[in-house]
Amino acid sequence: MMTDYDNLLNPKVVEMKPSGIRRFFDMAAQMQGVISLGVGEPDFKTPWAIRQTGIETLRKGRTCYTANAGLRELRQEIAKYLKNAVHTDYDPDHEILVSVGGSEAIDLSVRACVAPGDEVLVVEPSFVCYSPIISMMGGVPVPIETKVEDEFRLTAEQLRAAITPKTKMLILPFPNNPTGAIMRREDLEAIAEVIRETNIFVLSDEIYSELTYSGKHVSIVEIDGMRERTILINGFSKSFAMTGWRMGFAAAPEGIMKHILKLHQYCIMSAPTTSQYAAITALRDCMNDTVKMKNEYNIRRRLVVDGFNRLGLTCFEPQGAFYVFPCIRSTGLSSEEFCEKLINSMKVAVVPGNAFGDCGEGFIRVSYAYSVTHLKEALKRIGEFLKVLEQEKQK
Amino acid sequence: MDQLLKILKTNARLSNAELAVMLDLTEEEVAEKIAAYESAGVIKGYTAIIDDAAIDPGLVTAMIELKVTPLSQSGYDEIAREIANYDEVESVRLMSGAYDILVSVTGRNIREVSQFVSARLAAIDAVSSTTTHFELKAYKFNGVPIFDEDTDERGMVSP
Repeated sequence: MMTDYDNLLNPKVVEMKPSGIRRFFDMAAQMQGVISLGVGEPDFKTPWAIRQTGIETLRKGRTCYTANAGLRELRQEIAKYLKNAVHTDYDPDHEILVSVGGSEAIDLSVRACVAPGDEVLVVEPSFVCYSPIISMMGGVPVPIETKVEDEFRLTAEQLRAAITPKTKMLILPFPNNPTGAIMRREDLEAIAEVIRETNIFVLSDEIYSELTYSGKHVSIVEIDGMRERTILINGFSKSFAMTGWRMGFAAAPEGIMKHILKLHQYCIMSAPTTSQYAAITALRDCMNDTVKMKNEYNIRRRLVVDGFNRLGLTCFEPQGAFYVFPCIRSTGLSSEEFCEKLINSMKVAVVPGNAFGDCGEGFIRVSYAYSVTHLKEALKRIGEFLKVLEQEKQK
Repeated sequence: MDQLLKILKTNARLSNAELAVMLDLTEEEVAEKIAAYESAGVIKGYTAIIDDAAIDPGLVTAMIELKVTPLSQSGYDEIAREIANYDEVESVRLMSGAYDILVSVTGRNIREVSQFVSARLAAIDAVSSTTTHFELKAYKFNGVPIFDEDTDERGMVSP
């Protein structure tokens, strides 16, 4: 019988570790009455006008494949958006791809660039998908560990120290999940200085760009000499609360994009048509909704940062995304111990920082994509939890 | 609208300290702003949003449209104020369109409300006609949804 699957399947896949978040997901799912701060998606509903467009196009039977790269009208809207948001021109006919969420665009970009033996610099802590995809291609993920004292920004020194002749690509995930860190223009300029004379590609994952709380988001493509080597990835999930629609996009110079497009053609054909029509409405009519949501997140962000600092779990003030990343070292527990105890004793789910890379150890990721009432209750319970820990210590 | 007012509109029970953190102001600034809004008449009071039907399913609310002949001196104001004086009346609005004044009234049963309309509102000289609409179910008021909230369909933990 053919049952020894692990020996028969692709060893790269068999060796791939499941996401570290999975265990907490299972734990939380089995419990009753858990209040979660663990979710990486907005609590808002997709603005009604966007949903309406989806419904309307379904009603009219607009359900065919689109062009491989996506509806031209949508690519044009994306080009306009990028011009406006990051002051950079992209040709909608040759330099923009509509993808199935930002995730697909990340996968395609890594696959298009990385050959066996290539090193890819992965800024950590960060979203969980980069390293597994790199490894699948036979590439070598090289973590660059950002530090709380740098406000989890990537520094030019760290970057310079990590580059070798084998370095093919830098993955730059800002605003950052899980830390909420952003890169300011001067930080990006310093990075650009290091890579300008190299042949290193940049994958800039800017999925949280619209959720930037201090000034405007700056993209690395705005910095001199960076557009030509950068694949910019963004999408609709976070900015328009459209996670389930699976709508993302990539923008890159034609010479890169034409190869990415081949991969997309063979594995996806075209992104979901209903979602593409809805996305046109999002960019055309709903930027105001994005601002409203951002303002609401900002209020919660301040409340949660203040809450954790009051509780003695020091928390640098994140300027992007919808996460805070408080340090839990003062409890003497590891990230996983902390999260496990917290969920078991107080039924509050948060995510251990090391799920996002080893350097996340000593931290927890807390999402504030929840109502103020929910956040206040969770903070109260965490406060009680810390008191219990303190009492246990004194015994 | 000022963020402070937006927050207070849906939750007036947050402390000044909490509001200060949420809005990146000092507690004193919040207190000053609230005092200013109160004295300018922007904030008229603080109230609980109560779902009457949850207390007593028998309670009825009606919206009553009134056609009114305005008084020569004071226009609609005097009539509207007279109506507003009744404890039974929850809101009084002057409207454009097919009728003039919209009144909402809550009573223990239909008969009580009907009685109020015929004995009090219809009896006012300037009121030439009334149309009473009984509310069947309320879903949202004062900007606050009062139906059961949708359950959070998101997973407990996701990357």
